[in-house]
Amino acid sequence: MILQAYGLALPGRLFDASIRIAAGELVCLVGPNGSGKTSLLHALAGIGRPAGMVDLDGVDPRALGPSRRPHYLTYLPATRDIPWPLLARDLIALGGGEATFPALALEDLLDRRVDRLSTGERSRVLIARALAPRPKLLLLDEPTANLDPLWQIRLMELVREEISAGNRAALVAIHDLDAALRYADRILVMNEGRIVAESLEGPHVAEIFGIERADGAWCPVTPLAGPQSLQ
Amino acid sequence: MSARSSILLWLALTAAFAASLIVPIQALFEVDRGLASAVLVELRLPRALLALTYGATLGASGAAIQALFANPLASPDLTGTTSGAALGAVVTAYLFGFAAPIALSIGSVVGALGALVLLISLAGPKAETATLLLSGLAISALAGALTTLALALAPSPFAFYDAYDWLMGSLIDRSLEQAAFAMVPAVLTIALLLRLGPALDRLALGEEVAQSLGHDVARLRLMVICLSAFGVGACVAICGAIGFVGLIAPIFARRLTRGHPGRAILASALIGALLLSLADLTVRLAPLGRTLPIGVVTALIGAPFFLWLVAHMRWRLSA
Repeated sequence: MILQAYGLALPGRLFDASIRIAAGELVCLVGPNGSGKTSLLHALAGIGRPAGMVDLDGVDPRALGPSRRPHYLTYLPATRDIPWPLLARDLIALGGGEATFPALALEDLLDRRVDRLSTGERSRVLIARALAPRPKLLLLDEPTANLDPLWQIRLMELVREEISAGNRAALVAIHDLDAALRYADRILVMNEGRIVAESLEGPHVAEIFGIERADGAWCPVTPLAGPQSLQ
Repeated sequence: MSARSSILLWLALTAAFAASLIVPIQALFEVDRGLASAVLVELRLPRALLALTYGATLGASGAAIQALFANPLASPDLTGTTSGAALGAVVTAYLFGFAAPIALSIGSVVGALGALVLLISLAGPKAETATLLLSGLAISALAGALTTLALALAPSPFAFYDAYDWLMGSLIDRSLEQAAFAMVPAVLTIALLLRLGPALDRLALGEEVAQSLGHDVARLRLMVICLSAFGVGACVAICGAIGFVGLIAPIFARRLTRGHPGRAILASALIGALLLSLADLTVRLAPLGRTLPIGVVTALIGAPFFLWLVAHMRWRLSA
């Protein structure tokens, strides 16, 4: 196990969560809005003074200072806003690494200001920032948001490839259940601040998400109120 | 900051400092050598040093406050820090007189700190531009009103004129000892703010990312606020409130640091010092027959610049 964490808690958002991840594993975190996915990533990254015990390859990363921490874990938040006109190259360097990801096709972006990039381009730069220090644990919140379908596939393949080499792992919060099924080695389902299941098979899915598999697609369990019901 | 712009900035600053000492040159060729040296050492040196000190403090604090709030419109004057410091100083001056620099400095720092703490509790640590500016405006207005009230309740006409004169912001007729009262806290403030530069740069990635990289953001916020209040308060105590330098200097500085808000602290300190020295030279050379208060000059130049900035931001947001 590269990561073992017990009793993680953030007041009102996350309750006594425990998680173990093996080296080379890509774990996807799914759950409805407000279920505590981001809070679990925060607790592991040491954001907001979380309670609990974290052991990442023998070290509590939350006790490490800014020079060592990025080599243990990095966190990609769901927001893509950067308030200052930094160059993409400089932004990646601020994260403590260098941009060397041919798969992200950053060459043309590196010398441009991040505030002048499209949201999707900026997403790629921010993802490169999180990958660049080559941390043992990648904590990614909605990494595929704002990316077109081809880039979504490329990104998840890249994350897979990154963690397969060396003693590394990734925990990815994601809303796209199909992407989670396709890329994850293991799925954790969260609801109301707790990890409640480890698969997307079973009656709990309908209960938690309000959707079910029908004809190969996800459909609402109770039909949505359409225009007719409004009449 | 590139080596070239760094050298140019230092050269410009040295030239401005030298000019502050020797312009107008006639006074230095007085027949009476004693008088000439008195002009140089007792009148011009404190004034030139105060221009550098106050300008650098405003520049460094402005850059740090902007980096902290992730907002190019945050600055010591627009957040109410300067007016809070002025209020603190006027109230203290009534109690102890304007000739008590230690008491004045403490009063100013307390006033500045009060304004910043009030701002954070009103607008929150991650305020939107509008909330930040409105809260800052409200605090400035409140501090301004209380200062006017204090003026109206002046114990004597002399106290009123002293306070009024000082409120306009001036570097004139300060002794070397008074200059030292501003310089020591200012140098300390700038040195400590410079150490926060790397953390403030990483804050550009977002508060959560900065925390995940191992920075204690709550402590960083407290440090920036206390240091700015300390440095700006100490300068306000000696020279009165001088506006807009803390807003403008960081904006130019970030152009030299490729947008890095933390790295801009040094550049902003240098630019602030240069701007205030140039403003002081303008005051001295303006052919008006009498001396303009330097606070008026910075406001006359700064306010239109601020308006341009707001228009520019609006244009960019709508584009």
